[in-house]
Amino acid sequence: MTTSIKKRLGVLWNILLIVFCCIWLYPVYIIVVNSFKSRSEMYENFLALPKHFTMEYYLGAFQKMNFFIAFKNSLIVTVISCIIILVLTSMTAWMFVRSGNRLSKFLFSVLIVTMLVPFQTIMMPLMQEMNSMQKATGIAFKDSLGGLIFMYIGFGAGMGVFLYDGFIRASVPASLEEAAYIDGASVWRVFWQVVFPILKPITVTVTILNVIWIWNDYLLPSLTLTSVENKTIPLAMALFFGQYNIQWNMSMAALTFAIIPVIIFYLSAQKYIVKGVAAGAVKG
Amino acid sequence: MKIKKGWYILFTAPLMIIFAIIELIPFVTGIGYSFVKWNGLGKSPKTFVGLQNYARIFSDKLFLSSLLRTTIFTLITVVIVNILALLFAIIVTSRLKTRNVARAMIFMPYLIGGLILGYIWNYVLGEGMSSLASLTGMDNLFFNWLVDKKFAFYALIVVTTWQLAGYMMIIYIAGFQAISDDVIEAAAVDGANGIQTLFYVKLPLIMPSITICLFMTLSNCFKMYDVNVSLTGGGPNNATQLVAMNIFNEIFTKSNFGYGQAKAVILFFIIAVITLLQVRLTKSKEVTL
Repeated sequence: MTTSIKKRLGVLWNILLIVFCCIWLYPVYIIVVNSFKSRSEMYENFLALPKHFTMEYYLGAFQKMNFFIAFKNSLIVTVISCIIILVLTSMTAWMFVRSGNRLSKFLFSVLIVTMLVPFQTIMMPLMQEMNSMQKATGIAFKDSLGGLIFMYIGFGAGMGVFLYDGFIRASVPASLEEAAYIDGASVWRVFWQVVFPILKPITVTVTILNVIWIWNDYLLPSLTLTSVENKTIPLAMALFFGQYNIQWNMSMAALTFAIIPVIIFYLSAQKYIVKGVAAGAVKG
Repeated sequence: MKIKKGWYILFTAPLMIIFAIIELIPFVTGIGYSFVKWNGLGKSPKTFVGLQNYARIFSDKLFLSSLLRTTIFTLITVVIVNILALLFAIIVTSRLKTRNVARAMIFMPYLIGGLILGYIWNYVLGEGMSSLASLTGMDNLFFNWLVDKKFAFYALIVVTTWQLAGYMMIIYIAGFQAISDDVIEAAAVDGANGIQTLFYVKLPLIMPSITICLFMTLSNCFKMYDVNVSLTGGGPNNATQLVAMNIFNEIFTKSNFGYGQAKAVILFFIIAVITLLQVRLTKSKEVTL
């Protein structure tokens, strides 16, 4: 084969690949395009680009799904849960590895085995337990963002400890810590000033995996959050579809609203997301 | 250096206490609930019925059919997702200039999340397909998938594939990239062509990735709930109800708390057995250089 034919074949393959990817994301295109069209225009041809842009449905969807409140709730729950999970799981994993005693090994294996338990198996007893804890203490465990965050910490424990454990064993030499102890640093300072900065790559992975999971989670919040002012984005979407599912234009505007934060997150941290997802699985 | 007990407790106790409250206690009490008859109201009595809840499962046609459906759904989806993901990974690790853009686009659906994906496809395969029929006049080719029993089930497979293929692709890419160039060069020196290198060198070496991907798709599919809710709602006529939805409805819609919990315990055993068997099976096929 001459080089020019080879080159042309290469171009052809590139074009084919991009065409395939556009078809792959076509459902997203359909939703976004039709959210700008009037009802009659959508029924005329839902594949075409809009002739007259209308923002009418966006205004309707924004108000009806309480987008601003839902976005704020999703953000609060995701960010705070992630930070607490990072802090607690890294501390626990490091202490388990460094102490190396039987108790640590036992607790570690309990954490790992529990990752096999499907959420459906504990959802009902968990809700009962939260009800009785709420009654006993007066603290709102149900229908509160704080209560939901508390539950996410429990559910995120296994994966976090597991990933930190693997990383600490492979890439954090104990000799560094010894030197700091000799200089008179406390265990607390050694962990936060010497160890935690070295954990950065795996911290990125744990963060990414938790953000994707918590941001999109539907079943757990649907069981705990009942008031409208506490709803997260997936819950607001479900509520919205329960009420307005026939009005597709407005539903599409609502779906576009739900996708926008994800796309912004993806575009701004694509490199970390892809690396994090891959690293999380390889160690998993 | 020996770490004092106080530090040990300070570092590990907060997480372990929360973990025990959220996961361990409900798991244990959940097994207890599966032996009682209860309608979920605080005032109502919880009557101990022994193994009756478990015995009842065998005559529950709706549950058994949803379990069978979930198994078929899982088998088909796991195969399609992993073959597609491997193919994508092979294409994207080639030297094509557009590979990074392609990787980003194929992975994107995974980030959107099951519930919202389901709503997007609810339009595309339902309303959208009907419009396409009236637009083109070909109503035997295009029709609303979600009102047809068989096609609503296919819709679940399509959407789950769309969600997971990009995710698994990322894991396979990491597997391919971990293979050292020396091995590939050695194969080329020995006269292996591209296809031979793929089947006899690359695939055996990415067996660990295959183990992980099969595990993840298996457990994901068996627990599938949110796509089921937003795409088909279990319909038409319960024809696409998967086992997770059946359990949810038994507990929270029909208020059979004890019986529903017995089903949930069964689901745990099924998932544990299947995934552990799969991991053992594929692990035995892993090779080391």
